[in-house]
Amino acid sequence: MATATRFRTLKDMPTEDYISPGNTLCAGCGGILAVRIFHKVLGPNVAWVNAAGCMTVTMSYPLSPLKSNWLYTAFASAPAGAQGVRDALDVLIAKGKMPATEDMKVVVVTGDGAAYDIGLQSTAGAIDRRLDFYYLCYDNEAYGNTGFQVSSSTPYGSATKTTPATAAYPVGNAVKKKDLFEVWRSMKAPYVATLANSHGVDFLRKVEKGTGTRGPKLFIAFAACPTGWGFDPRESVELEKLAVATGIWPLKESVDGVVRHTVVPRALTPVRDYLKTQERFSHLFEPEENAGAVAAIQESINRYWAEAGAREGFQVKLPETPAEKAP
Amino acid sequence: MKGKLLTGNVAAAAGAMLARVDYVPAYPITPQTEIIETIADWVREGKMDSKFVQLESEHSMLTAAGAASLAGARVFTATSSQGMLYTIEMLYNVSGWRAPLVLANVSRGVAAPIVLEPDHNDVLAARDSGFLQLHSETCQEVTDLVLLAYRVAEDRQVMLPAIVNLDGFYLSFTREPVILPEQKKVDRFLPPYEPVTPLRASKPVSRGSSVFEGFLYSYFRYNQHGAALKAKEVFQKAAEEFEGLFGRGYGPVEGYMLDDADYVIVMSNSFTALGRQAVKRMRERGVKAGLLKLLMVRPFPTEEIISALRGRKVVAVFDQNLAPGSGGILYPEIAGALYHVRGRPNAILPVVGALGGKQTTAKELGAVFDEMITIEREGKTPAPMFLMRGDELTRVKKMISVAEGKS
Repeated sequence: MATATRFRTLKDMPTEDYISPGNTLCAGCGGILAVRIFHKVLGPNVAWVNAAGCMTVTMSYPLSPLKSNWLYTAFASAPAGAQGVRDALDVLIAKGKMPATEDMKVVVVTGDGAAYDIGLQSTAGAIDRRLDFYYLCYDNEAYGNTGFQVSSSTPYGSATKTTPATAAYPVGNAVKKKDLFEVWRSMKAPYVATLANSHGVDFLRKVEKGTGTRGPKLFIAFAACPTGWGFDPRESVELEKLAVATGIWPLKESVDGVVRHTVVPRALTPVRDYLKTQERFSHLFEPEENAGAVAAIQESINRYWAEAGAREGFQVKLPETPAEKAP
Repeated sequence: MKGKLLTGNVAAAAGAMLARVDYVPAYPITPQTEIIETIADWVREGKMDSKFVQLESEHSMLTAAGAASLAGARVFTATSSQGMLYTIEMLYNVSGWRAPLVLANVSRGVAAPIVLEPDHNDVLAARDSGFLQLHSETCQEVTDLVLLAYRVAEDRQVMLPAIVNLDGFYLSFTREPVILPEQKKVDRFLPPYEPVTPLRASKPVSRGSSVFEGFLYSYFRYNQHGAALKAKEVFQKAAEEFEGLFGRGYGPVEGYMLDDADYVIVMSNSFTALGRQAVKRMRERGVKAGLLKLLMVRPFPTEEIISALRGRKVVAVFDQNLAPGSGGILYPEIAGALYHVRGRPNAILPVVGALGGKQTTAKELGAVFDEMITIEREGKTPAPMFLMRGDELTRVKKMISVAEGKS
């Protein structure tokens, strides 16, 4: 379906920035980059509502890199904070106590710890109440701000500080990543999308689409994390590109429950190439390759794309799994 | 003037309506639920011009309440017991945000074991949260204190949230005559809330920012303490104005038969009424008994307590709460207030009672006065009293034997 969009090529990326350079986050942080691009689409009139995470430490009194409003709430309840802000703005406008020109887009911004784990209850409440808000989750697949502990967003095979790879636990984290996209979709959120900083036009268009949708909207931004994942900060965007190319980070959206993949690779790059770039997966290759675990990851990606292709009518050339290669 | 018969819960809701609150985030819990049901009803019938929303937990409820207050709305909410405990993290946040909302707490003992009737472990768990605390003895006080709470909380010298406490069952579900203040006069007493730096598109602010150095943290914390202390004076001035408008006067503490009293019991909330009866009975016996009611628990009214209790022979502190391994929660605060005072009482007797709303007789409180007299006569060190009657213990034993299948 062709819809009018301001964003045709990367040159359409708005030049306005609402986050000043020189904030306190790590070099190569995918999270702050996602917030920056997100803000460009929303424009200046934003009230950010935050839960504990990496973004929290950027607001360090008396400094703020933001040109918009900011409210830190608590780890578990940022969506409830958004409820309070949204409701207050609505009631103050309705009572004539505040001009409508002071209205703002209310955006929850948290990491995956809040979005997938401790804040899921308040998130579910906000979705149930059809709260008109945006939820931007910068997903670095672990509790990054506390030094990289496992979250329910951590993928199978990743080592974290609380799921270290040992002789008895060779895989590190042996639990599959929670599917937050489907959690939101199952709760009938009108718009759910995944984002990657490496795919700017796709990113911009999705946020733009969100601005035209009333109700709860989720954006899960893949947030490459140099310190947690263990890679050179300069590779951050390249690594996100590779994640999309391998199909481990599918770019998709759900409009009123109908899912569409917005970037469909013609042929998936083997996930091994992606895993090998990061320290968090290094135990899968050293001292010797854990072929079973790598194959399990590839198989799960292959199954995902085969099923998605069957549903949406596209075909993706899938890499062979080591099992298939074997005679 | 005759009042309308209202439960404490409806009296609290009426206070919120008279305060013309903009926003009421809510979550049900016994014995508070009638407050939010009443407000939901009034809002949907168009009698109350507020936005009402039911959240999915008390933690979220208070988050929404605080956030709305920072966005410039006048906010009312209510909870009880486990709900109060569930909000604790947000209580500290909301007071740190300096968001002047009002939270009605309907006291109920905390689990485990689960109980429905009141004691004050719930509201006193919020003791150090930075919320102001006003505790009511009657349903009339509930309405009046909600209005006073807004007036004090929103004062620019204070800017702190406030809890108005009422006992579950004894007030929440008990109808008492309440004179509802006239709306026109309330509007004069409590003009619309003027937020200082609300979240606004044209003038962005950062709220709840982090501070990473202890000196800065200390600065903000001391500031909050100073504002809380200031709240007493602000309350006293507001209460004077309130009395002028409505004819009912309130102070941080209230004395009953105190003038020449030698033996004084310190109480708070609805059980104070039983204390008054006990004092009257002791007076009939010729004992110079008196009572001091704490209406304000935060800020702690140290000076008023000193001037009320200086020169008494023996004071008993009736704590309707229990800190296991220590005793009553208010006792050390009152003893601390009196320690340096010349002419302080000869002894301060710690009393714990009425836990989980345990029926307490004037006779039991009489025993407290008898103990005070014995302490004075014999010059002995007071031993803590934990009130429970023999007939109650017999019932406990009977139930244990049923549980054990013996009868």
